[in-house]
Amino acid sequence: MNPAPRFPQASPGSPQPPAIPGFLHFQATKILHTASGKQLLDISFQLKKGSLLALYGPSGAGKTTILRILAGLTEPDTGYIKMDDELWLDTGHTSASLTIEQRRAATTRPSGAPIRSRSTMLPTQSRSIGFVFQDFALFPHMTVRQQLEFALPATADRQTIDELLEMMELQELQHRKPALLSGGQQQRTALARAIARRPALLLLDEPLSAVDDEMRFKLQDFIGKAHRFYGLTTILVSHYLPEIFRLSDEVIVLENGKTQRQGPPTRVFLEEKISSKFRTTGEIVDIRPADIVYIISILSANSIVKVIATAAERTGLHVGQKVMIASKAFNPMIMPIT
Amino acid sequence: MIDWQPLWLSLRLAILTTAILLLLGIPLARWLATRRRTWKAVIEAIISLPMVLPPSVLGFYLLLAFSPAAAPGRLLDHWLNIRLVFTFPGLVVASVIYSLPFMVNPLLAGFRSLPPHLREASRTLGKSDWTTLIHILLPNLRTALITGTVLCFAHTIGEFGVVMMIGGSIPGVTRVASVAIYDEVQSTHYPEANHYALALLALSFSILLLVYLINHRHNRSPL
Repeated sequence: MNPAPRFPQASPGSPQPPAIPGFLHFQATKILHTASGKQLLDISFQLKKGSLLALYGPSGAGKTTILRILAGLTEPDTGYIKMDDELWLDTGHTSASLTIEQRRAATTRPSGAPIRSRSTMLPTQSRSIGFVFQDFALFPHMTVRQQLEFALPATADRQTIDELLEMMELQELQHRKPALLSGGQQQRTALARAIARRPALLLLDEPLSAVDDEMRFKLQDFIGKAHRFYGLTTILVSHYLPEIFRLSDEVIVLENGKTQRQGPPTRVFLEEKISSKFRTTGEIVDIRPADIVYIISILSANSIVKVIATAAERTGLHVGQKVMIASKAFNPMIMPIT
Repeated sequence: MIDWQPLWLSLRLAILTTAILLLLGIPLARWLATRRRTWKAVIEAIISLPMVLPPSVLGFYLLLAFSPAAAPGRLLDHWLNIRLVFTFPGLVVASVIYSLPFMVNPLLAGFRSLPPHLREASRTLGKSDWTTLIHILLPNLRTALITGTVLCFAHTIGEFGVVMMIGGSIPGVTRVASVAIYDEVQSTHYPEANHYALALLALSFSILLLVYLINHRHNRSPL
């Protein structure tokens, strides 16, 4: 059975549109200049408070652009962003792709009064965000501690710095400058810096792409821990499925600037035709024949799982393929992730 | 007995000019570096003009512009009671115009070489453009700032054509060291000319040495 949709969708026949519990309303269009020519980015979504949304898709699909529009670093051609009760962006002529319900929810206050009257573009520094860039963008002249001190608002409790240093295991490194930190340490510093001001929205642009598998696994823990501990609403750009399964509770698959699929990762990536007791995802690293069966080695998280498959089951599987491993009462099954 | 006044005047002129150029050059270079527009190339060309123009040409036009007979000079005289021809403030204004490219160009190159993510990261942390400039951008432009400051200082100490045109050679007012050397040579007072020349040589060398020592130390220590 399919799980209930996270956000109520517009249904043509419903007489009364349901109230949308959106914390973040986002809608934007922008012409992207990609390697394969011009392409229209046209995306709208809503997000509940405290949720972690993953944006997944091939490079050039517009994932980073969405984060940059949210942060106010890139101006869309048309767009509308409302964060909680605060209007961040309104170009005044949003695209038709927004459903009537979404448009209504996004453009009226709880009292019913309209909030859109003129073009609005809240500058980046006025938006309550934390942004972890792909290259971390650490300030070269500041130590780890100084980066956090710089990020912390003047009125905030200075103890937050020690709390973050401890959480990210950076105490020993707090007086080092970025040039003397490893990739993983830089990533943790960037994450701690982005969280220091307790943002309403945390934006992570493929933060784990520059680290090895073992470090990635550990850093996912840090992201998950910080997300829960500070009650953040987080958007993560990732093209690494295990990460999305592990961290996110909502995923948007982007292709050519449009939403392909949206929902919880299990529903989006896995066909719901089995009722399994246990499931995990991984990547096939080896397929080896053994007598009349095949032994398939799958890298899941940071360990290798070996699964036996028949010749029929082996068909369609190849090394490098992302798969789900599901166990139905001690009988594991392997299937490709669509 | 050597008259130290021309050397002191040169030093005062160079310090004042460099300080004004720092205040003027940083925002100007920052603004020029933000977005490339065709018309900004025109402004860059105007700023860089003193680098290729003979100083006497610049000095000549400044003399015409600042003279009470011309509109700008008349306006300054009438509204602000400032006269720039044959006065020390006139030397400062002329030196600022003359040395502007030596401050703006290194800073412009510096601003353009900074990764855009640094500025963006600061903005995502809620910091204003001013805070970002002071705490993030300028500390990472140390080399460009040192280069600009030294070039402007040395250039002002050594300028001759412009100060001669706009200031003449009034002792204690506009007779800077380079003009004093010229005057002494004209009067065949070679030992006196040599004093000023040697002092300028020593000063210029010391400044350059200091800068290179600072840069060497800076490059040795990791960021």
